[in-house]
Amino acid sequence: MRKYLSFFRLRFSMGLQYRSAALAGIFTQFIWGIMEILVFRAFYQSDSNAFPMTMQATSSYIWLQEAFLALFMVTFMENEIFLSVNNGDIAYELCRPIDIYNMWFSRSVAHRLSRAVLRCMPILVITIFIPKPYGLMIPKTVTTFLLFLLTLILGLSVAVAFCMIIYMLTFFTISAMGVKMIAMSLVEFFAGAVIPLPFFPNPIRRWMELLPFASMQNVPLRIYSGDLTGNAIQDVFFLNLYWSIFSIV
Amino acid sequence: MQYKTSFFLTCIGQFLVSFNMFLGVYFMFQRFHSVNGFRFHEVLLCFSIMLMEFSLAEALARGFDTFSSTISNGEFDRIMVRPRNEIFQVLGSKIEFTRVGHILQAIVMFIYGILRSDIIWDYKKILTVLFMLIGGTLVFTGIFLIFAAFCFFTTEGLEFMNVFIYGAREYGKYPISIYGKRMLQICTFIVPYALIQYYPLLYLLGRGKNWYMFLPLLASLFLVPCYIFWKVGVRHYKSTGS
Repeated sequence: MRKYLSFFRLRFSMGLQYRSAALAGIFTQFIWGIMEILVFRAFYQSDSNAFPMTMQATSSYIWLQEAFLALFMVTFMENEIFLSVNNGDIAYELCRPIDIYNMWFSRSVAHRLSRAVLRCMPILVITIFIPKPYGLMIPKTVTTFLLFLLTLILGLSVAVAFCMIIYMLTFFTISAMGVKMIAMSLVEFFAGAVIPLPFFPNPIRRWMELLPFASMQNVPLRIYSGDLTGNAIQDVFFLNLYWSIFSIV
Repeated sequence: MQYKTSFFLTCIGQFLVSFNMFLGVYFMFQRFHSVNGFRFHEVLLCFSIMLMEFSLAEALARGFDTFSSTISNGEFDRIMVRPRNEIFQVLGSKIEFTRVGHILQAIVMFIYGILRSDIIWDYKKILTVLFMLIGGTLVFTGIFLIFAAFCFFTTEGLEFMNVFIYGAREYGKYPISIYGKRMLQICTFIVPYALIQYYPLLYLLGRGKNWYMFLPLLASLFLVPCYIFWKVGVRHYKSTGS
């Protein structure tokens, strides 16, 4: 366990070094968030009855999505791993007296966390001060917030575990380009990154919510914005736990 | 074209990426039947033309997109000493055919949009679509040019330029007016996205004035400041020495 922790620490501090890149990233994410909210506002104004969440919840969803982008985006994969498979350096890694799955797992988690930690704070702080329906809201109760954190961690582990499957696939295909792109666009669609899941028509939505991809970002973000409450939380929580255990094994 | 499998997989990947965007639009319109007075097939027309413009520009001007590596590995020194225009050399250095995936998708959507809509086509409207394609491709090329010119000063590509490049593709799928008045003004007078997208679209749908059809040509004047900026960049250029 200790050696994996040290891998985690190493990677985490490495990720913290790129501050100016993070600044540019924050700026970009702001603009994207604003544009995204403008789109939903236009739809809201056209027909507010058909809107499945409140405007406030939607805005919070979008801002949180921008803030924690690095945690869930399957796009952020470790290029080093693909490279090492490609040029054969992987042999050295395999020689080490540690389990390669756990090593990569802890590395990826650390990498994502360091990116998110650098970026989320400014976005969260500023968006809380944006006027009412378009800003980030403060969660209603403390338990909501705690549940949000918990599901956030579970969601992260599902996302990383999914990436691990893709890393493993590159052992067979060597060049990961095509697999990566196809997997990425599928996940983005099913995870609610294109449009939040509640916006899908009901029959499709019920299936999508059962898939592991929904646990990645859909669940924590919706718990935060108060869209999921009571029993529903219980259900999704266990589903989330199930998928994270399942995909790691 | 040397790596055939990789080429096809990338094409499929590109197709899926823009297909995702299409599905996003589709499901939004399942729930809401119109946005700001635009219906589904009208938005599709807008989206498909924008996507075609973007992919054409991206396929042609790919050399500018990867320009930071051209500078940092010293390739640009070699370009400078040749007795030909630098822009054409960079343009010619790389042409991406994998954007075929995007374009294919755009064409399918375009045809569907036309079939569903009740536009009465005459030579003026066809001309408008042509103008939109030409103007749009030029505007996006201009943006790639600025992106590359920034590299003269920073050596690295700037991430915030992605807002203008990919942001325009991502959010250009809806007519710009839905983002509100402020956004429309910015996109009319500063970066002329609205001139290649919103106004000619109004004309196509029979809601705009006649002179709207020439606006895309006006938009291509955007290339002039881009070109000047590029020239300034070239003069400022110092080799990285490698």
